Amino acid sequence: MSINIRNIVLFSAMGLALVMTGMYQSWPLALTILNMALISAVMALGVNMQWGYAGIFNVGIMGFTAIGGLAAVLIAMPPVPEAWAAGGMGAMLGLMMGAATIFAAILIYKTMQPGKLRGLSIILVLAVGYILTSLVYGPATHAISRVDPAATGFLGGLGLPVILSWPVGALMAAGLAFVVGRVALGLRSDYLAIATLGISEIVIAVLKFEVWLTRGVNNVSGIPRAVPRPVELQTRDWVQGLADRMGMSVAEMARIVELVSYAILFTIVLGILIWLAEKALNSPWGRMMRAIRDNEVAARAMGKDVTRRHLMIFILGSATCGLAGAMMVTLDGQLTPGSYEPLRFTFLMWVMVIVGGSGNNWGSVLGAFVIWFLWVQAEPLGRWLMDVLTSGLGADSAVRVHLMNQAAHTRLIMMGTALLLMLRFAPRGLIPER
Amino acid sequence: MENILNALVVLANFVLIPGLAYGSQIALGALGITLIYSILRFAHFAHGDIMAFGTAFVIFGTWGLQYLGISFGPLPTALLALPLGIAVIILYLLTADRLVYRFYRRVKAKPMIFVMASLGVMFVTNGLTRLLIGPGERRFDDGQRFIIGVRDFREWTGLAEGLALRGSQVITVVVALIAMGLLFWFLNRTKSGKSMRAYSDNEDLALLSGINPDRVVWITWAIAGTLMVLAGTLYGLDKSYRPFTYFMLLLPFFAAAIVGGLGSPIGAIVGGYIVAFAEMGITYAWRRFFSHLLPDEWMPAGLMQVLPVDYKFAVTFGILVVVLIFRPTGIFRGKTL
Amino acid sequence: MSEHALKPSANAVLIGEAMTGGYGNGPDILHDCTIAVEAGEIAVIVGPNGAGKSTAMKAVFGMLNLRKGSVRLNGEDIGALTPQARVRRGMGFVPQTGNIFPSMTVQENLEMGAFIRDDDIRGTMEQVFDLFPILRDKRAQAAGELSGGQRQQVAVGRALMTQPKVLMLDEPTAGVSPIVMDELFDRIIEVARTGIPILMVEQNARQALEIADKGYVMVQGANRYTDTGEALLADPEVRKSFLGG
Repeated sequence: MSINIRNIVLFSAMGLALVMTGMYQSWPLALTILNMALISAVMALGVNMQWGYAGIFNVGIMGFTAIGGLAAVLIAMPPVPEAWAAGGMGAMLGLMMGAATIFAAILIYKTMQPGKLRGLSIILVLAVGYILTSLVYGPATHAISRVDPAATGFLGGLGLPVILSWPVGALMAAGLAFVVGRVALGLRSDYLAIATLGISEIVIAVLKFEVWLTRGVNNVSGIPRAVPRPVELQTRDWVQGLADRMGMSVAEMARIVELVSYAILFTIVLGILIWLAEKALNSPWGRMMRAIRDNEVAARAMGKDVTRRHLMIFILGSATCGLAGAMMVTLDGQLTPGSYEPLRFTFLMWVMVIVGGSGNNWGSVLGAFVIWFLWVQAEPLGRWLMDVLTSGLGADSAVRVHLMNQAAHTRLIMMGTALLLMLRFAPRGLIPER
Repeated sequence: MENILNALVVLANFVLIPGLAYGSQIALGALGITLIYSILRFAHFAHGDIMAFGTAFVIFGTWGLQYLGISFGPLPTALLALPLGIAVIILYLLTADRLVYRFYRRVKAKPMIFVMASLGVMFVTNGLTRLLIGPGERRFDDGQRFIIGVRDFREWTGLAEGLALRGSQVITVVVALIAMGLLFWFLNRTKSGKSMRAYSDNEDLALLSGINPDRVVWITWAIAGTLMVLAGTLYGLDKSYRPFTYFMLLLPFFAAAIVGGLGSPIGAIVGGYIVAFAEMGITYAWRRFFSHLLPDEWMPAGLMQVLPVDYKFAVTFGILVVVLIFRPTGIFRGKTL
Repeated sequence: MSEHALKPSANAVLIGEAMTGGYGNGPDILHDCTIAVEAGEIAVIVGPNGAGKSTAMKAVFGMLNLRKGSVRLNGEDIGALTPQARVRRGMGFVPQTGNIFPSMTVQENLEMGAFIRDDDIRGTMEQVFDLFPILRDKRAQAAGELSGGQRQQVAVGRALMTQPKVLMLDEPTAGVSPIVMDELFDRIIEVARTGIPILMVEQNARQALEIADKGYVMVQGANRYTDTGEALLADPEVRKSFLGG
């Protein structure tokens, strides 16, 4: 990284904004923003790997984030033995049969001669496989969701430490990226965009409706924490002492300690990722990736397997997003499939990368901080703006009341404007690519 | 015989008629996508959101007309408010073109930069829509709900199954067919329409022939905007209006345009109906249909539904993947830019 | 060698005189190069690869920044006009590649050629069909589905639809078989007989000079020989260096 004055000033200004938030609004708010900004920075790094290094346009970031979140549930939640007894084996067998069906179809496609016979065989295998799978899978998953639906109704997880879900979430996202990439990479970039948009909606649909796996819209809450809860922290002597010295309530101090602990964990992860990403970017491999991005035809002519390289970077970037997804669910302590919406989880990430400076890891991190900060603070800002704009209308004007109620949505307009302005007047972002 | 008729009525009532209406809505959206793609040469990601924005004005217009006591007889008042929505959207798109896209056209930016810019427009439009009409669901259909009611149909035909034909379904199909007819007439018969096709075919030669690129782009936005408002209003009348749902329609729109062949208007229409019927057919519980055809002892236990309705996007995606693997240029060979 | 050819007469329909310049801010490609075509004649630019033949024609058409020299159409200086404006002034240009609208029918291609005209174009279209009878038969077929020679006829026909005062062809016979080439040259002669002067860049120098009233041999962006087509074909030096003996 080139340490230059400009970048230091930019990051310091960002830090100052957070400190001001702590001083004038509240410290838990400042730390909450910081934590989500750190997670967003990890995601932005993932997007930057794909777009900034390789020019891959992924609009399914939400799906990879969500599948990482699923990992947190599958790793950390305690298993539900009754549910396993009711249909655990059936569900697993069903999944395996489904996988075997698809595998068999691919095998036929690869081995048989092209022609009508092959098409018919594939259709036959898929149909039979589908019917057999649903005969096993349907009843088993139904039975699982009937086990104490108010409390469980799902299989639970493995009961392992939640931190373990971070690498697992990355792996799961990588697996998904492999499948998507094999289908859509190597085609035109618009096609990949649509394919990723589709797959991310499917992932969310699975999370919402496969109740046996995720409890669906009932949400999985109470995921074991990575650091002690505020309730426990309050009983510790050193927390009480610290609260006394700072003149805060013990409860607030405990909350702050919890948030700071997460911030430290996330900073470590982000630090390692940046170090790796910078190393990779400046290695011969990174130079090759950028060469491919800048002139794909020439790279192909030089004998580089562009599609393979793209697949690799697509998997790496998606895995990073999966990691961030697991971190986010860890921080929230719950998986709420209904809260995943593309504007927030896919397109906002794009704003972060473009505003920060695509192709530059530090730029992406800064972009994530700035945009997330604005995203949170835009709400009070929008309210104030609406208040000023409609002040001539009289306190009980229907238009004014309506606009005030919808003021939070001005954040979307701000984000869009920020993106458009950057794209037009500073297309290389806050910290341009070197 | 009566069994077969009953089965056909079930099929028409739950798959064919709704599919035809839904397919028309997707086709209109996909036509817009495909036109913008062939003239401006980028994937227009703001399509769903601008559709929601335009429909919001149609809804406001409808409310205004209802407030004034003006109605359209048995037809929905929204049809009278269409010109307002269309006018607002055309103005909005032309403004967006002037402020955002024209610059990138002048500097001959890569298609991906246009896509990024359309993401910015998407954010702004989405925010404006929510600011104006809110993120919640709105209903604005009035006029005569049913042309044929289930009970009437049963009485007329004496069949066990009923068939409902809603006014919104007929209006959707009729309006869509008129719009498509006019579009093809415009593209194939008028000088402006032909100049659009020429520009799409060979930009440099079009310039050399004296075709004004800005004018072609304006016409394209105007047509795409009209199609968006039509699709949005018809969808809202037929189902319901919710900005987020409209955003999500992006996926079937793009799937239809790609399946038919990006850049091919006929492809977009065919693709629209393919996507719609596949979605309906695969997420429909066929049990009732087969109960008329198969003896009871042959009937399986389940609903005979290939996928739950929640996975309708998976169907769209599945079609898309099959096309991408086996015929990446689409059914009617689209452009490969 | 005839001196008068080097000093084009004042009544040239189109003349690019003493042109020096290159693409954008790049180095000069043309050096004091003069190209002209007079009423009723066919002028041909020939020369080795990279001699700047097409560049000279593009300079006349306004697709190049000229640092020195002038371009005049019927005596009027058009050096400041864009290519599109030159088309409106009466210059017809057929690019070497991408010179048709492939998905549009032959007739629509011709209609697009006449886009800037608001009057009745049917008469002109009939004239084009008379010149290229095959196009009349294929008028409803997509131009992209035609053979290479037929496509070139569409391209020339498209340019004729503006009723140009001068027609410029950039390597019209590139990539077609010798038989088709002969046929195309015949058609070009016929176009010239209708009174439209033709300026043409050609790779097939010998055949082109055979039909040329005037020939320009260019080397390294400058005029080397200028004379009637006949005289150039007879010149032993030209034959040795440029026509393969």
